[in-house]
Amino acid sequence: MAESTPILRIEDLAVHFPQGGGLFGAPRMVRAVDGVDLTLARGECLGLVGESGCGKSTLALAVLGLQPPTRGRILVEGVEGAAAGAARKARARVAQMVFQDPYSSLNPRQSVRRTLEAPLRLHGVAGSEIDDRIAAMLKHVGLRPELADRYPHEFSGGQRQRIGIARALILEPRVVVLDEPVSALDVSIRAQIINLLLDLKERLGLSYIMISHDLGVVEHMSDRVAVMYLGRIVETGDWRDIFARPRHPYTRALIAAIPDPFEKKRTMRMTGEVPNPLAPPSGCRFHPRCPEAREACRAEPAPQLETIAAGHRVRCLRAAELAPAGETA
Amino acid sequence: MKFRANLWIGGALFATVVAAGALAPWLAHTDPVMDANLMNAELPPGAEFWFGADGQGRDIYSRVLYGARISLTVGVLSQLINTVIGVALGMSAGYWGGWWDDVVSGLTNMMLAIPSLVFALAIMAILSPGLTSLLIALGLTNWSYTCRLSRASTLSLKNLGYVQAARILGYGDLRIMLTQILPNILGPIIVIGTLGMGGAVLAEAALSFLGLGIRPPFPSWGSMLSDARDQITTAPWVSVFPGLAIFVTVLGLNLLGDGLRDILDPQSEARAR
Repeated sequence: MAESTPILRIEDLAVHFPQGGGLFGAPRMVRAVDGVDLTLARGECLGLVGESGCGKSTLALAVLGLQPPTRGRILVEGVEGAAAGAARKARARVAQMVFQDPYSSLNPRQSVRRTLEAPLRLHGVAGSEIDDRIAAMLKHVGLRPELADRYPHEFSGGQRQRIGIARALILEPRVVVLDEPVSALDVSIRAQIINLLLDLKERLGLSYIMISHDLGVVEHMSDRVAVMYLGRIVETGDWRDIFARPRHPYTRALIAAIPDPFEKKRTMRMTGEVPNPLAPPSGCRFHPRCPEAREACRAEPAPQLETIAAGHRVRCLRAAELAPAGETA
Repeated sequence: MKFRANLWIGGALFATVVAAGALAPWLAHTDPVMDANLMNAELPPGAEFWFGADGQGRDIYSRVLYGARISLTVGVLSQLINTVIGVALGMSAGYWGGWWDDVVSGLTNMMLAIPSLVFALAIMAILSPGLTSLLIALGLTNWSYTCRLSRASTLSLKNLGYVQAARILGYGDLRIMLTQILPNILGPIIVIGTLGMGGAVLAEAALSFLGLGIRPPFPSWGSMLSDARDQITTAPWVSVFPGLAIFVTVLGLNLLGDGLRDILDPQSEARAR
């Protein structure tokens, strides 16, 4: 990957939601995203991994311009986009999203053609170009253009997801957020959609941010992986590093949780639940659940993301000690 | 699709009333206002006066036909006003939330707390009687159910994928409400609107009966009943036929509304199964 300007650069992004409050006392803040730095290179697929409530979706909404950040910046090709208003349309041409549920993500009262035509018209495309682009896009996602006048209920789940992908790509965005793009699909359909997404990435020069619980899919699709825990990135790196040499105990626990009938690893158990984001633990936020936690982990300040190898960064005080056997940290 | 009796009977009754009102100038035997002749006063139904004649010798059949025009105009237009107000307030409150939602919800609860007929009475007492005043009085007092329904449906839709997708595609809020949300909440709103029409016809009759709606001599079913109340023992047909007309219209609208609900409201469909 050429080290040119990244297509997307997220700097110290934070999204805090006020919670409660009222007559007495200031509202407490839920730090859904709390100081995230990320870059997305051209043509790259970045897998965003973490448990429910870790801030993945909020981060994605911020990238899409639907969630104004409390702090930090999002640079598209080195330029900061304005937050709202007229910039909504400009942002729409940069980043789009593919949704998890192919049923609720399509308007049941709009034919495929209307679903694809309305955004084109909104963005000033007119005349025969509309039909050409719709036909071309349907071919791209593997649907026959004759199906354009049908309604969503006439399609299967996999076909619906193809329509959802066509809608996300119709404005020719450069970044696509994939929110669990295959987890609602039949297992037999998943591979088709994954291959379609990879194929489209190559052909149309797209960059993906993929949110997923399914580490198998992440391993298959991602070039780089970022692991989030309670609003922060705890480990990020090349997918090979993350899956072969995970360093953060949380990443290790996630990977150990992948069912694997052949390998007999020492499985690492993670106990407990994600802590209440209103009152995150002191120090390292993972320490209450971490089997490797020591006294130092409980103390402030929280550990920083530190580079342990080229492109591999970990937020853990004991990263060096936890190096896998046979490797120098 | 199975035969839906309420839809077809209701539709037929309503269509009959609409036809009666629309074709009144051709179906009527006499002018409903001018052709009074005291020689014919209180003649019972017969070959000349199908529904009999009223106290001033006017043909009740002709007056009932023309009365359909008033009832339908008031019923349909006032419900249209109510529906537009209710949908606009409810959908925007549900979509935007925040202080606007608080304002609209408060207003809705206030409207629900006031009996709408009493409220309409108060408005009519301030305005001069007439068709426009009736439309204002009935069109501004019965939107709360539509509003609550629109708000609740909008709340359940606004976080669905396709609404979010529209926002991500750069749609403005108004466009999202009109193209993504409204078409998907319209079914139940039409049902409420149709059922409300029956209520509006009754309310118009009540206001006219009290002399606050359409003023005599113009034929409104309500004012006809009001005129006839002294003759109910001596010439019952003077009150029976306008009463029957109200009954048929409201029954038709209610059956139609129920029938539409079976078709348009997926939830009642699921319950029926």
